[in-house]
Amino acid sequence: MTKDTKELRVSAIKNGTAIDHIPADSLFNVINILGLDKIQNTITFGTNLDSQTQGKKAIIKISEKYFEKSEINKIALVAPNAKLNIIKDYEVVQKQIIELPDSFQGIVKCVNPKCITNVENVKTKFTVVDKKELKLKCHYCEKITNKNNIEVVK
Amino acid sequence: MKNKSLISINDYSKEDYLKILDLAEEFENNSVQKILEGKVVATLFFEPSTRTRLSFESAVNKLGGKVIGFTDAASSSVQKGETLKDTIMTVANYSDLIVMRHPIEGSARYASEVSKVPVVNAGDGANQHPTQTLLDLYSIKKTQGKLENLNIFIVGDLKYGRTVHSLLIAMSHFNPTFNFISPDFLKMPDEYKLFLDEKGIKYYEHSDFTKYIDQADIVYMTRVQKERFSDPIEYEKVKNVYILKNKMLENTKENMRILHPLPRVNEINEDVDANPKAYYFQQAENGVYTRQAIIASILGLK
Repeated sequence: MTKDTKELRVSAIKNGTAIDHIPADSLFNVINILGLDKIQNTITFGTNLDSQTQGKKAIIKISEKYFEKSEINKIALVAPNAKLNIIKDYEVVQKQIIELPDSFQGIVKCVNPKCITNVENVKTKFTVVDKKELKLKCHYCEKITNKNNIEVVK
Repeated sequence: MKNKSLISINDYSKEDYLKILDLAEEFENNSVQKILEGKVVATLFFEPSTRTRLSFESAVNKLGGKVIGFTDAASSSVQKGETLKDTIMTVANYSDLIVMRHPIEGSARYASEVSKVPVVNAGDGANQHPTQTLLDLYSIKKTQGKLENLNIFIVGDLKYGRTVHSLLIAMSHFNPTFNFISPDFLKMPDEYKLFLDEKGIKYYEHSDFTKYIDQADIVYMTRVQKERFSDPIEYEKVKNVYILKNKMLENTKENMRILHPLPRVNEINEDVDANPKAYYFQQAENGVYTRQAIIASILGLK
């Protein structure tokens, strides 16, 4: 199948950003983290698409929207292998790699129920102590939240 | 360290520790120094801890300062539903330094972020209790004449004991050898063992008192708490395994000293108290000098 005849399962956008290779079960977390539910741009997405590398995946295409690196890196927490394509006039003009930041605020909950961030209205803050295994150290209670118990702040 | 809150043992460098210990020695030699005249220290105890509170209040009094505060959450506006943030922001207006004890982990760090005066953490749940660690270091240095190259035995609840974890991290600057004695399910957590591996520090694990205790420079005892056991039969089985008795000390080194953060229940037999190697009550006394040093240094008075 050549590129020309390949059927697009999520229709193309003229200008904007396409985020591919999102694990299907992380789609809504990505939407939430990037605040896509609160913007006015045209957004199309597909989910539970077959992926050769990761089972079921999701794709999001956002028209006329480009992200700051610091902003897009936040999704590394839930979609570490996601790929970003910057699209201008229906062509991919740039591919961007997503990198886990060294530290970040908000986004995920601290796993410790006795942590102040789960008791009072305190924004979570983490240092990424292990990027490979995804281990996050809470700035407040100093406990480790790892990839198996990551829960996105609603 | 001036104006810098003391929240976690990880906040201070080795040099900071040593500076505090030197200052503590100065206060031990001359403990009544009215350098805190006109200053107010708030002791906010959201959960009771009589020993820690009295130790801090004694330190402030010896320095000539005044103490305000409450001794448990029931006698504060917390009961009316006030948030920690509001309590701290209010009390910061009345005091030059806040000492706080709180059952929620990370509460002291958060308080230090909303407070305009420095905060000293006197225990935040199972997380940190840095002034205990500093007084433990002071006690070790004072009894051994040094902190380097010591063989330290830690006995009891090594899984949940925050004093034990903080002590391990603080001592890791001084090339120790550790021996851990605990029941299997209260063993030192892997994250701390990995930490020691990374730093190249030797440690050994035992399930009961061993003859190797004769090599110890410090035996740090902790309480095995009944409430940690889901099965009461398990508790009955282990509760008498971790009791230090005087006759076990016969062949121990002359310089060896027994430490305990207190309160003790039965893990150190009372017949040990008369042994010159028992040091836990002097350790509590050292707590006052160490806290004087911490307060004076944070307020920039020393």
